[in-house]
Amino acid sequence: METPDAGSALQPRHGHWLAACIAITLLPHAEHLPIWLSASCALLLVWRVLADRGLTPLPGRAVLLMVAAAMVASTAIEYKQLLGKDPGLALLAAFACLKLLESRTLRDGRAAVLLGFFLQMGQFLNGQEISVAAFTLCGTLLAVGALLVMEREAPWQAVIGSAGRLLFMAAPFMLALFVLFPRIPGPLWGLPADAFSGMTGLSESMSPGSISRLIRSGKIAFRADFDGEAPPPRDRYWRGPVLSEFDGRRWEPGLTTLASGPGYETTAQAYRYRLTVEPHNRHWLLAMDFSTTEDPRTRYSSDLRLVSVTPLRNRQRYELTAHPTAHAGRHEPEHVIRRNLRLPEGSNPRTIALGRDVADRVEAPAHRVDALLEAFRDLRLEYTLSPRPLGRHTADEFLFDSREGFCEHFSSAFAIAARAAGVPARVVTGYQGGEINPHDGSLVVRQSDAHAWVEVWLPDTGWRRVDPTATSNPTRIDNGIAGALPDLDSLPLFMQPRMAWLRSLQLRWDAVANGWNQWVLGYNDERQRSLLRGFGFDGGDYRHLAAAMVTLVGLLMLGYIAWALHRRQRGDALDRQWRRFCRRLSRAGTCRADWQGPLDFADQAAGRHPSRADDIRWIGARYAELRYGRNPPTRRDLADLETRIRHLDIP
Amino acid sequence: MVTAENPIRQRLSGLLDRRLFRVRREESLPARLGHRRIFVLPTATGVAFGLTLLTMLLASMNYVLSLGYALTFLLVGVGLVGLHQTFRNLVHLELLSANMEPTHCGQTAALRLRFRNPSEHARIGLRLRRSGGGECRFTLAPTSDTTVVVAIPTQRRGWLDAGRLVLETRYPLGLVRGWSILTPAARCLVYPAPETPACDFPATVAAGQSEQTGRLGEDDFSGLREYRPGDPLRHVAWKLSARCDDQIYTKQFDGGSAAELDFDWHGLPPELDTEARLSRLTRWILGAEASGLAYSLCLPDRRIDADHGPAHQRRCLRALALYGIADGNA
Repeated sequence: METPDAGSALQPRHGHWLAACIAITLLPHAEHLPIWLSASCALLLVWRVLADRGLTPLPGRAVLLMVAAAMVASTAIEYKQLLGKDPGLALLAAFACLKLLESRTLRDGRAAVLLGFFLQMGQFLNGQEISVAAFTLCGTLLAVGALLVMEREAPWQAVIGSAGRLLFMAAPFMLALFVLFPRIPGPLWGLPADAFSGMTGLSESMSPGSISRLIRSGKIAFRADFDGEAPPPRDRYWRGPVLSEFDGRRWEPGLTTLASGPGYETTAQAYRYRLTVEPHNRHWLLAMDFSTTEDPRTRYSSDLRLVSVTPLRNRQRYELTAHPTAHAGRHEPEHVIRRNLRLPEGSNPRTIALGRDVADRVEAPAHRVDALLEAFRDLRLEYTLSPRPLGRHTADEFLFDSREGFCEHFSSAFAIAARAAGVPARVVTGYQGGEINPHDGSLVVRQSDAHAWVEVWLPDTGWRRVDPTATSNPTRIDNGIAGALPDLDSLPLFMQPRMAWLRSLQLRWDAVANGWNQWVLGYNDERQRSLLRGFGFDGGDYRHLAAAMVTLVGLLMLGYIAWALHRRQRGDALDRQWRRFCRRLSRAGTCRADWQGPLDFADQAAGRHPSRADDIRWIGARYAELRYGRNPPTRRDLADLETRIRHLDIP
Repeated sequence: MVTAENPIRQRLSGLLDRRLFRVRREESLPARLGHRRIFVLPTATGVAFGLTLLTMLLASMNYVLSLGYALTFLLVGVGLVGLHQTFRNLVHLELLSANMEPTHCGQTAALRLRFRNPSEHARIGLRLRRSGGGECRFTLAPTSDTTVVVAIPTQRRGWLDAGRLVLETRYPLGLVRGWSILTPAARCLVYPAPETPACDFPATVAAGQSEQTGRLGEDDFSGLREYRPGDPLRHVAWKLSARCDDQIYTKQFDGGSAAELDFDWHGLPPELDTEARLSRLTRWILGAEASGLAYSLCLPDRRIDADHGPAHQRRCLRALALYGIADGNA
């Protein structure tokens, strides 16, 4: 192996910087990496530090190759593949640490820093919260510091200071490029299958327990900003997947068609709002019942949802109008009605019997629904987040045996009973409620607001919402889940009432995070266009953007260069006074030649301006005395001189 | 020319120097590095950094990572600010003076350059390289000056120019190399290398000492004479001079004034080539000067009469150094 000369060899202090940089960079990754990989990375970093302290030698190339092969193999086993986001990040992390152990020259060290930049970027695939950004900034600071320290020997505080100054000076460029770089919507090429694995949200189907699992997450599902008053809680039903196929245990969506117009008439009572949906990698928009929009990215599905043309893979904003009292689906085709009456053979016999019994007693469909609700009320069902596990006939066991369940149990059982009673019914999943953040006024809906309810179809009015959960527990609808559950301890910590301060803190933080989401993470092509339109540009053309970007960056760079070229005029306060004196005289027509000393010049000027001869001579003599005399001028001397010069008015 | 460089390449680099880098043949000092004389280009690491950023930008676009854009653009900014600081690290630097001391061929010639930093910020990680060998690194504190010595290896006798100096820096990040080309008007003589091992002095031709050959000891005291300027100090008879009020005496040694050494080109063995002859003459001159002997030098194109002392030695060595070389400046 070649031995690098002293000038380009990696010194121990460089090694320390690099190790610190990679360690900080990997720290946020640790949460998402397999534990064995995090541990091996930590071990490799410690090895580097020990080697730099002279306690162990650095490993040879053969050892490193073996370690690398082992890590690649383990990654392949862990993820069952090597392509994709997660294994890619895992390999990158492993290679960064291995590169560090292999580094012997400054060139290697710089390569390790570049790998570090990649890893910092990789963090954003797992999340882009403010905390992640702060961590990345620390990592970038250390990485820039590592580059600096490889060019200059200095104590670490000074290096951190220089790196900070560099980043600070780079910030205007970042801002200009961030705002003006033409944003392109959507991916440029196919993404790995696991690209969006980290997103949470409703699933396409519903079985017992699927919603109560989601409830435990405090993550935000979407936000809504209403123009004016927000609708009351009982109208806040946010529509997700509509499930009309039941196989005895699981509810699945039925066949739907897409249209460019809504399947409902708009009404006078309307709420205009902006919906900011967190990415969930599905098509549905989670709009409030029943919304319309002009947005070209959306379609109306035949089951009354608003859906996006492309899956929501990043935070999106929509301008919507909700019409909660609209009649929807009055003219449903026959086959849809039939599908919503279908029940699997031999499943839930007791529930079906309950429905048939109601059908025998009551004639009108609307009354049958009321009778069913009455029957549910009589069963004295208990609303709980942790119901007992159920067997094969979920609805039967829920209604007649355990009598405790969550919204998915209520809605599933009610839909089955309604179908048995001859009323077309389906389950709708989505969110209900939400909380107004007092700090920015937006309505925040979390995963914990997930809900399932039932829609029944009545010949005159079309689809009508029925929430069987509300019959047993009306507070769920008005006060949200925390007010509805008796067993508070099973609630996630942030939802417990005695943690009010925590909750208030969280609301405050949510408001900040909302701003971050809206303005930093949500800054996309659309935002960019509207921002530029605000400045009077036609933002639609990327060429204008590119031109503006290049111009702004160029101007910034010129500004910096001008600053570098600008030299402060040399000289002290005394020189400044003298220059001022000379300027005054030159305005009056007497210029000092370069070879003229102060006394000489004063004599000449006094001759030219006899009325001020005394003053001029005095100033010349005084300057010479202060400049060349034994004692340095005091503040008083300077002040006197200044007054004299200021009061010198030459006719 | 000894350098075996490709002539086309040489002409090309000469053209580049003149047109692009505005190199003057010899610049007068003090010189200030104006912004037109400073050039910046990315280093290999800088190119790798650029490619990294490009990849990061593509990834940000593909995954629609707003913070990915932000990080990429921040790093673009870091690169640009780094470029600006590299530029700032060189601009307005002043080269106050350059001088060189004569040396013998084969030894290194010291080029002393005095740099001044008139600005309020330090100049860090400066590297001065001379094409044809010699490099040194230095740092300049705010508003300070420093002397930098570039050791130039010598290979030929004759004039040695300070030549084309490249002042470069990769500070702060090593991503960008900034440089400026300096051609200070400084040169020195490279005397021929003294022959090793030393060869005996040639036979003296002075009258009365016919059989006496070169090996003249310094202990063969032969008399005193009045001090003449140029006499070696160690030949001054200090004790005697102290006794006499206003007279200083110089000790004379056997053969000293009587036997003048005559170093004659034509007296050298015919098998020696020019450089070997010059080397031997150089060695003799150094030896004779060290012994305080007077010597004359006879070259095919000129003759220097017998004398001794540093000035005489310099004259002789200069004649040897420039023998057969057109002396542009003499």
